[in-house]
Amino acid sequence: MLVFEKGAPGRGMQILPKCDVETVSFGEDVSRAEAPRLPEMSESEVSRHYSDIARRCHGVNDGFYPLGSCTMKYNPRINEVTASLPGFTEIHPLQPENTVQGCLKAIKDTEDALCAITGMDAMTLQPAAGAHGEFTGLLLIKAYHEARGDKKRTKILVPDSAHGTNPASAAMNGCSVVSIPSDEDGYVDLDALRAAAGDDVAGLMLTNPNTVGLFDKNIKEITNIIHECGGLCYYDGANLNAIMGVVRPGDMGFDVVHLNLHKTFSTPHGGGGPGSGPVGCKEKLAQFLPSILVEEDADGLHMTKAADSIGEMKNFYGNFLVVIKALTYIASLGAEGLKEASQNAVLNANYMMHKLKSHYTMACKGICMHEFVMDIGDIKDATGVSAMDIAKGLLDYGIHPPTMYFPLIVHEALMVEPTETETRETLDHAVDVFIELAERAKSDPEALHSAPHNTVIGRPDEVKAARQPVLKYDFAAE
Amino acid sequence: MEIRAELKYSKSHEWVKEDGDVVVIGLTDYAQSELGDLVFVNLPEEGDEVAAGDAFADVESVKAVSDVYSPVSGTVAEVNEELMDAPESINESPYDAWFIKVSDVSETEELLTAEEYEAFVQSEQE
Repeated sequence: MLVFEKGAPGRGMQILPKCDVETVSFGEDVSRAEAPRLPEMSESEVSRHYSDIARRCHGVNDGFYPLGSCTMKYNPRINEVTASLPGFTEIHPLQPENTVQGCLKAIKDTEDALCAITGMDAMTLQPAAGAHGEFTGLLLIKAYHEARGDKKRTKILVPDSAHGTNPASAAMNGCSVVSIPSDEDGYVDLDALRAAAGDDVAGLMLTNPNTVGLFDKNIKEITNIIHECGGLCYYDGANLNAIMGVVRPGDMGFDVVHLNLHKTFSTPHGGGGPGSGPVGCKEKLAQFLPSILVEEDADGLHMTKAADSIGEMKNFYGNFLVVIKALTYIASLGAEGLKEASQNAVLNANYMMHKLKSHYTMACKGICMHEFVMDIGDIKDATGVSAMDIAKGLLDYGIHPPTMYFPLIVHEALMVEPTETETRETLDHAVDVFIELAERAKSDPEALHSAPHNTVIGRPDEVKAARQPVLKYDFAAE
Repeated sequence: MEIRAELKYSKSHEWVKEDGDVVVIGLTDYAQSELGDLVFVNLPEEGDEVAAGDAFADVESVKAVSDVYSPVSGTVAEVNEELMDAPESINESPYDAWFIKVSDVSETEELLTAEEYEAFVQSEQE
């Protein structure tokens, strides 16, 4: 039942405080003709309504959530404590800088820490999420080439294993996208890359480890090929959780990088987040950064602007309280702790992969990084049970499905990323469930075609939802 | 899987029909069954130039978005806009659900005959 179908006229609650400023009425020219049809509900109805919705969802607090490429790690409660401190919450973005020195220090400390982690020289915290960071990073690359009078660079090279946002961000930036194939082992095909590199290439977008969970062993050669043709290298930080404190994108030869604080740095992912996608760059691009830069001198901390800034990517300073949560995480773990987190993320993924590889075909052989991709193609050929069916089957065991049908180069892909914050018992249980589902695919495929059976919501008609989406409540139908 | 003898085929799974001065392009039955239920189609506009080997449209299924490639170079003479409202027609009758008609064709990729395409699909499945 939707909230509009609940409550009754005249019902209400007392939780809103009295208005403590003078009320003003607007003229008829700006007032709406009819009052909005807001639901009128008692406090207990509202409370039950949202609890009911929560029961229909699966969050990282409900159970294992191995959604590949999304790094659904635990969000420590202490992050919420610091982000709720009045010094961070009861401020206004236009306050004079001498009254928000603590907030500026938090921004500066976060920028410095993220620069140290990525091997970059400067960082902006303004972008609101990963794809927004990609767009920002590509604008920096464009500004760099244009400032040098190099206007012929319109191509962005993207490996075919890339996140879908990469080509989309490049297209948003007015660039044409050239897809670079992977070789048989899942790495960037160097010959194809060399053939595509030229004086019309603005840059390359790459994530390393890549989307099949492999660290590209040729990474230095890849970034060299791009630099030699005059292009720049963009690092998609989606998979940074595999390498934090171990190796830095800046040392691999990348010039620009975005991070997902809502993945790697334990701030909430999904459910409204909000996200945060800081963008770091090497010195040669710093003059183009958006937003403010925080500088420190003897008088304290100051907000400055980059000399040739690309402009504002978002209002004010980005999702500031999310940045506070990420800073809390970085400060809680410290340099050694961050490194250990990545090592355990890689260990957990390899532990699961090793236990599952005699039951499922792995897309790539050998050791994986923080995630691994299973190819359900052979199970589907033999039993008719697809990656989708296995994913739905997991829901009956209180496990969120892995990422499905991605990367696109594996047709029946299930991409599993356990993260470092799961216990061995949780991993063992998930492995048992995966094995059971592989057995059931053989013994009772029909049961998997119709799974899940024990959840509040069964199998929604995704095709109908996409073809005929109902996006608003129809009051007229009442 | 239906492969029509009178059509030519590309290795990226488009069918091609020569119809007088124009070339008609659509997605094969094999392509639609691999993609699954289609829910959205992005088409070019009349008058757009297409180049052999380049994407001219994309189709979205519940699983993923995929490019549709043009096997010929030329000018888009006509667009089947009915697909926008009825992407399911590509699943239901792929050889009637044409995407575009191309005129002033200057270049054509090497295309497969029905027998060659059938063998190609077999080899892809292995």
